[in-house]
Amino acid sequence: MSLRTEPMTVNVGPQHPSTHGVFRLRITFDGEEIVEVEPVFGYLHRGTEKLAEERNYVQIVTLTDRLDYVSSMINNQAYCLGVEKLLGVEPPPRAKYMRTIAAELQRVASHLMGIGFFLQDLGTLGTPLMYCFRMREKILDLFEMLCGARITVSYMRPGGVLDDAPAEFWPALDAFLEGFPSEFGEIEQLVLENEIVMVRTRGVSTLPLDVAINGSVSGPVLRASGLAWDWRKMDPYDAYADVEFDVPVAAGGDNYDRFWVRMQEVHQSIRIVRQCIQQIEPGPVRLALPLVLRPKPGAEAYGRVEASKGELAFYLVSDGGVSPYRMKIRSPSLINLTVTEHLLVGWKLADMIVTLGSMDINMGEVDR
Amino acid sequence: MSGLYQFIYETAVIILPSWTSHLVAGLSIMIILVNAVLMGAAVFVWMERRLIGRFHNRIGPNRWGPFGMFQPFADMLKLVFKEDIIPANADKPVFILVPIAMLMPVILMMAVVPFAQNTALANLNVGVLYVLAVTSVTTLAIFMAGWSSNNRFAMFGAARGVAVLISYEVPVVISLLGVVLVTGSMSLADVVSAQTVPFLLVQPLAFFVFLAGTSAELNRTPFDVAEAESELVAGYHTEFSGVKFALIQAAEFGGVAASAAVIVTLFLSGWAGPASAYLGWLWFLLKVGVIAFVFIWIRATYPRLRVDQIMALAWKFLLPLSLINLLAIVLEVFFLRDASGVLTTADLWIMAGINIVLAVSAIALFGSLISEKVSPNIWQPGAGLPEPTPAVAFPAREVR
Amino acid sequence: MFGLSMAAGLLVTLKNLTKKPFTVQYPEERVKQHPRFRGEEFVWYEERCTGCASCAKYCPLGIIKIETSPSETLPQQGDKYRLEVFDIQIFRCMFCGLCVEACPYDALFMGSGFEQGQYSRKEMVIGIDDLRHADKKPSTYLRPQLESANYDPRSGKPLDWKDVGRESWDWHLKEKAGMRLARPTPPDYAGGPQAQEESNTSERTGGETKFGGPA
Repeated sequence: MSLRTEPMTVNVGPQHPSTHGVFRLRITFDGEEIVEVEPVFGYLHRGTEKLAEERNYVQIVTLTDRLDYVSSMINNQAYCLGVEKLLGVEPPPRAKYMRTIAAELQRVASHLMGIGFFLQDLGTLGTPLMYCFRMREKILDLFEMLCGARITVSYMRPGGVLDDAPAEFWPALDAFLEGFPSEFGEIEQLVLENEIVMVRTRGVSTLPLDVAINGSVSGPVLRASGLAWDWRKMDPYDAYADVEFDVPVAAGGDNYDRFWVRMQEVHQSIRIVRQCIQQIEPGPVRLALPLVLRPKPGAEAYGRVEASKGELAFYLVSDGGVSPYRMKIRSPSLINLTVTEHLLVGWKLADMIVTLGSMDINMGEVDR
Repeated sequence: MSGLYQFIYETAVIILPSWTSHLVAGLSIMIILVNAVLMGAAVFVWMERRLIGRFHNRIGPNRWGPFGMFQPFADMLKLVFKEDIIPANADKPVFILVPIAMLMPVILMMAVVPFAQNTALANLNVGVLYVLAVTSVTTLAIFMAGWSSNNRFAMFGAARGVAVLISYEVPVVISLLGVVLVTGSMSLADVVSAQTVPFLLVQPLAFFVFLAGTSAELNRTPFDVAEAESELVAGYHTEFSGVKFALIQAAEFGGVAASAAVIVTLFLSGWAGPASAYLGWLWFLLKVGVIAFVFIWIRATYPRLRVDQIMALAWKFLLPLSLINLLAIVLEVFFLRDASGVLTTADLWIMAGINIVLAVSAIALFGSLISEKVSPNIWQPGAGLPEPTPAVAFPAREVR
Repeated sequence: MFGLSMAAGLLVTLKNLTKKPFTVQYPEERVKQHPRFRGEEFVWYEERCTGCASCAKYCPLGIIKIETSPSETLPQQGDKYRLEVFDIQIFRCMFCGLCVEACPYDALFMGSGFEQGQYSRKEMVIGIDDLRHADKKPSTYLRPQLESANYDPRSGKPLDWKDVGRESWDWHLKEKAGMRLARPTPPDYAGGPQAQEESNTSERTGGETKFGGPA
């Protein structure tokens, strides 16, 4: 005998506690199982691309801070690389290293947030999240030393970085690097091989490689599906050509792999920062560019970095004026969301929350 | 009739007529009961918030009273003055009944727990059965909450909660059979006096199953699917506010305190300890504190299981374990008891030795069954960049 | 495996239970704040300000309002514009620090506070009188002269306008007289000729080399 069941439509979000911002999913459930998903976003739309058309090139740096607000440094970097290509200039070597250090620290901070909220979605009572915040706090303190702000840093400028690091930055960075492995080891011991985390995430919401590639997915989500696709290796920018690091790749493409790839990338980022400290040399950190930049009319550039969430790129077109004619943002979170339906349909409500956590989306970047 | 009731009655009957004295004694006991549960809930709320804070490396509540001890009362006061909202499409009578139905079993459960020697409010001769029966009422209250609030998240929570609670009744009952077998009585006072060796050692499997089952029935991590706050907003009590919410929270935390008391009575030899005739209550409170700490510790550490995994855990893992335990206890009791059917302390030690080995091997056996599911990724840093798959390696693009 | 990892997890939380809390109780104690922290309470030195309104032009949000009138004496004789209005709408400010970066005379500094909440938006506009009379404890953000003097705004004394100059006071007078800053012309970059017309150069370079050219 089969029972007649009725599908139930539930709005998860935009005020749901774990949709990572104002993300809304209209989900049709059959019992606890998802049969239909309709992602709705745009609640955080601020018109960044349009705003950029009436700001000058340096003012736009402050807009990029607010895209993916947990990895502002990397957003700054991508934008500044774009403007530098537009102008045809190259920052001094010290600036390149400063950028790399800042971006890698920011990647660690962003991954810590991703890991922490992923585990929060799994139902831990905030314990790993608090440990992640504790570590991230130290990184933000370093950023405060660099540029006076913690979240909306506006640290990088076309042609270099804002200012050289203060003298106390380097000892503080050394102290951070010394204490970090043991603190991060605590989180690894707490969750990386935890049986409950495993049974909750192993084999759940798998993303096959072909689907990932068709969906133009990038970042840790793509690498978890088994492709070593990292712009830091394939198109090295700033100081990445001079440092050694590995690209962690997992094979399964399930929730655990996405989480695991992030955990491993944190180690690699720390490795990069250590090498940068060894290699950096004194020198200027900023080109003497005018405050108001005017690229050649008709110039175009595509500034691309491997951000913490995937390929982040700024496409800039100049008409010779003080502000860009057009700025297009390729934001990884939005494009990673295109595989939502594939990931969620057929899984349970509890898995849905975890899968969203493992995607590590950021609504500031999705809605722009 | 319990000793305390008798004592109050005999004091009152000196100056009052007999029927009034019965009333006075009954009301006094009621006040003691309700206050014990509510105070237990308040202390546990404080302990939980404070300890979770320290587990998180935070400070925790510290504004009201020394070490923030009055925080639960401040919370309660705030909730009492909040607007009591009943959703427009709610089933009003049921909705109003829910907090009462939820708090009642917790208070009743405390009635049979012996706090010290001869201090149980009611020394029922079917105490174990009574505890099991009373706690099952919570299932109904949870379902009432989910159904009456007319909220889909609440309905999800209620459906999950009912499924989990009913499943976990089975292993819990079977694990308690072992306790009853060894004791030879269902009275909780007898269970305590039979524990010359704590049943934690005599029946570690039963303790494990009972602890897990209690966690599930109390909706605590890793079994808190019914109110999974990251999935279901607040689960079955999403729509409750004001006093109703306060009562539900009191029931929830009071339930933990009451369950800890029951666990102490059943497995940690209750009030027994050095100088237990005078300090029995102190030993009892200490042991309750330890069990409460374990609950909080587990809550602070583990993620939540999925609802189907929880059901699988109950039926495929805890039920076999409790059956193994029951079988072992039955055989041991059959072979070890003397002619009058009594087990000596030496017999209990022998049982403890056998059962601890049995528990470790049984848990290891069942743990190995899921070993394939829980294999972590292995990757050595420094292994180098894997080659991109040729089919998808794009030609290098010229970037303008 | 066999629940051993779960037991290891329990040990981690137990270890953290014994540690000192990482958080601080805010109103009583505060986290250490770096002197570069860019916060509220903008510090403005009227004596150094020429009323050029570079900060107002460079603010991405346009929240700085400056009104000037020509002075009685001629600017060539060392006088400057008289400032009538200098309003900063602090409630819209995002503390990006671009106004400080744009100021060519080191007249505007970021502040170091973060506790200036008010109940209405009107109260959150810093006017010229507020700026004049405020305690002047500037942030060292983009002001290397304060940084090299190890100035800490949270504990240091309020700074007079003579203390914050990048060079001596005489230098300042001299520069003011000509209204022209003796700075090297920026090296050519691929930005086209018209870009250099309004060469409002930045001089943030740091390190030993003062002005680095494009590589």
